[in-house]
Amino acid sequence: MEILVCVKRVPDTSENEIELNSAGSDVKRDGLVYSINEPDNYAVEEALQIAARSGGKTTVVTVGGDEDEEILRRAMAMGAHQAALIVDEAFGGSDGAGIATILKAFVQKGNYDLILTGVQAEDGGAQVGGMLAALLDYPFASLVNSIEIIDGGKLKISREIEGGHKEISEIDLPCVLSIQTGINEPRYVGMRGIRQVASIPIPTLGASELGLSAGTTGGAAAKVKRMDYFMPPLGKGAEMLQGSREEIIDKLIELLQANGGLR
Amino acid sequence: MAAATGLAENALAPSLGVLQGLGGGVPWPPQATYELIPGRILFLIIPLLGVACFAYILAKRMVPLLRSAPDPRFDHIAVRWGRVLQFWFGQWKQPRYLIAGILHIVIFAGFLVLSVRSISLVMLGISRHFVMPGFSGREGYFYGIVKDYAATLVFLAVVIAAIRRAVFKPARYAVPARYGKSHTAEAIVILALIGTLMVSESLFEASQAASQTLQGQATATLAPLSLAWMLKNALLQTPLPWLQQIHLRAYLVHELTFFGFLCLLPLGKHFHVITSFFNVYFGKLDRGTLKPVKWGVGDEHLDQVKSFGVKKFEDFTWKHMLDFYSCADCGRCSEQCPANAVGRPLSPRFLTLKARDYAFKHYALFGNSKNGKALVGNIYSEEEIWSCTTCGACEEECPLLVEYIDKIVDLRRGLIDEGNVPQTLQRPLRALESRGNPYGKMEKKRGDWTKANRFQQVCDVKILDGRNRADTLYFVDSITSYDDRMLAIGQATTKILDYLGEDFGILGAAEKDSGNEVRRFGEEVLFMSLRDHNVEAIKASGAQRIVTSDPHAYNALKNDYGDLPPVEHISQLISRAVKAGKIKFHPVENANDVYTYHDPCYLGRHSRIYDDPRAVLEAIPGLRRVEMQRSRDRSFCCGGGGLMLFYEPKEDERMGVRRVRMAAEAGANVIVTACPFCLVNLEDAVKAAGMEGKMSAIDLTELADKCMARKPEQNVAGG
Repeated sequence: MEILVCVKRVPDTSENEIELNSAGSDVKRDGLVYSINEPDNYAVEEALQIAARSGGKTTVVTVGGDEDEEILRRAMAMGAHQAALIVDEAFGGSDGAGIATILKAFVQKGNYDLILTGVQAEDGGAQVGGMLAALLDYPFASLVNSIEIIDGGKLKISREIEGGHKEISEIDLPCVLSIQTGINEPRYVGMRGIRQVASIPIPTLGASELGLSAGTTGGAAAKVKRMDYFMPPLGKGAEMLQGSREEIIDKLIELLQANGGLR
Repeated sequence: MAAATGLAENALAPSLGVLQGLGGGVPWPPQATYELIPGRILFLIIPLLGVACFAYILAKRMVPLLRSAPDPRFDHIAVRWGRVLQFWFGQWKQPRYLIAGILHIVIFAGFLVLSVRSISLVMLGISRHFVMPGFSGREGYFYGIVKDYAATLVFLAVVIAAIRRAVFKPARYAVPARYGKSHTAEAIVILALIGTLMVSESLFEASQAASQTLQGQATATLAPLSLAWMLKNALLQTPLPWLQQIHLRAYLVHELTFFGFLCLLPLGKHFHVITSFFNVYFGKLDRGTLKPVKWGVGDEHLDQVKSFGVKKFEDFTWKHMLDFYSCADCGRCSEQCPANAVGRPLSPRFLTLKARDYAFKHYALFGNSKNGKALVGNIYSEEEIWSCTTCGACEEECPLLVEYIDKIVDLRRGLIDEGNVPQTLQRPLRALESRGNPYGKMEKKRGDWTKANRFQQVCDVKILDGRNRADTLYFVDSITSYDDRMLAIGQATTKILDYLGEDFGILGAAEKDSGNEVRRFGEEVLFMSLRDHNVEAIKASGAQRIVTSDPHAYNALKNDYGDLPPVEHISQLISRAVKAGKIKFHPVENANDVYTYHDPCYLGRHSRIYDDPRAVLEAIPGLRRVEMQRSRDRSFCCGGGGLMLFYEPKEDERMGVRRVRMAAEAGANVIVTACPFCLVNLEDAVKAAGMEGKMSAIDLTELADKCMARKPEQNVAGG
């Protein structure tokens, strides 16, 4: 099975203190540590596990800048067979639909049976996967937390729905799936692993290689534009319960029940 | 070969009879027939077969060692012989378990003494006049007395050992169900064989002496009250032909048991009888260190090593395989192991025995050896390998100097290389890679603890960033730099250094995690990058010496880094200042408090610093101090430091909780330690054990800072 995983490089939320820039148009980018978007990491791992079970290759792709090569390198160190970096000045300012359009062009250059994305980007809106499927006219399932290959070009997938329930579906290939975290346990990649794949070339593609004409992507084509960026005002903070241990427990149960945390 | 004519019998002095079993009165075993088989042939064939069989088994046991990883242990010959004298011949570790230790020393000494006798007896079956060189005449006479008592004591020791095993059943011999069946049968069989050797040897001699007495011949001297002496007296009423039969049969039994035992040794835990000498000789000489990924491959060539760590059995070094062969299954390691104690899925004893059994199975005595499968997932579980805190209690206890930490780290290197790392550890490892600390905090905030709680008004800590220089570098490490509670250790250390008038500073943002646990969790390449960064930063600082308040950093800088200015732990510095009279303490605030000192593993066992922290406590007037039962080199790990704080082990109870209970049992209500990780774990454990208000934990630096008698102008606000 040929699998494509679409990944994104984002500021690592666990290793940064996110602050706004003075203009209020973005977060302060200098000094930030970036890594692969966490759900995307699960998608890469899932692709590798499926490829190991069923044969076939895993390709990893991202749309961004030259610095985004590091997450592709990391995915290759995990075991991805090939990677592609899509970079073009014309893509700057693309909205979700623009990114989906770019990815669609890339998908059509290959022959993929399965396309995986993370469930959402930590700095994004969970839109690209669904739009990509629509543009390709492929079936789509989101929030997937298990994948099983059944015969005849179909997959059996499960999705997590509210309340911890699972919904099992059958889906035709080729399809697009957005992968929920927790579907697997992504393998660890250290500096050594990355060094071992350091010399493998990663091709870079631009608008012309993908056959995308001007105006279909980028800021000009974007129909969604960011207007503002702000930190929510601090809330009241935590309420400290007072009293003996028993009293605190009683109050806590009362509060949890009142707010729907306990039934 | 001696023509056994029997003519020379009387020519031998009676005094030699003790050793040689000669002197008349009984037939010479080779001259007798045993169930139609001539003794002459029988006693030639048994030794030949026995030795051949033994040699074959040993050769087979050597096969995996020949396929193993290299391990250069052929240096420091004098030191190694010294250790053989101490740990093998001197049985140094045995008395740590007093009863078992004494029993073992008796049996071990008896074996050494009786080896001469046993070989002489075997030779007697071939050559009638054989005398072991150096054991003729007076020496032989005295030897005879000594060995009679040796055999008696060994026999007694074996009986007591068998009773202990079968009746009293010390807990450490038990085999938990997940590790298979009880090992008692094997132990009893071996004890019975040793007992049989002792009895048959004594009976051989006693029956001859009795026979000589009955025939009115000069009788060889038997040591009074020895086993042989008692048997002889018991046999004096036995008819002569029976005595002769007993004599001949005892010889046969001794011969069969001796060679049976010899061939049985390499098949189980008694292989240590043969391998222990070599295991001690080739033992690890340094402490606190780790073996490199691959011996003989320098850091600069590591990229060319295809596979890191131990994945299959053959990835172990030959010495580590020898460890597996040498384990005597005494269970001391696991009884001391804190992971085992709290129900984590790790028992050092079975880590070794499972590998030994794997070797026995895959390198079988007959047929070809099988190809090695991955060990983790087969004989080991991942949880087992991650459960170790590298506290070193097992290694400290092992009488045979079996190594564990290097193996655990090698197995972890293998797991890391395969990407097989628990999710809870991946995040801190990534953060260490990108930010140089496991919390993912910003590098530029590493020195912020010097400003916390307006500390800059108390002490102005220099940042050695090129603009400032100082003689002494205080290496703070990650937890003390970033943890809201532990920064108090940094501030207390700073105040002590300041009080002593030291010219010191910190690296601040240029410092990265020491990597002690990064390395011990198997991430060698990440460790190397942290080390290289720190070494460069330390050298650039121009400091002449390094002080740290973190024993893990102390260990890494001292043992893993190399090529640095001298490193000291703050407790050494305080202790020296106290002895020199540079620090005076005022009495403790509450004279009713009872203190106990908890030895951090990396300060105690790994660095052997036990007395300095205690000397500091002793110098505080009015401080009442008790020792926990498990202290100094038997200290019980708090739960582990560094990355271990992020690992979520399967366990019944936290190590720290166990430890604070030990402190309570000792009658203490304040635990003093000298390590930020110990303090984290112990303070958490006090809460988890519901002992808040009854027990507290404090770092030695905090206590020293609190009790330091300051001159008026030095009387600064508390940190």
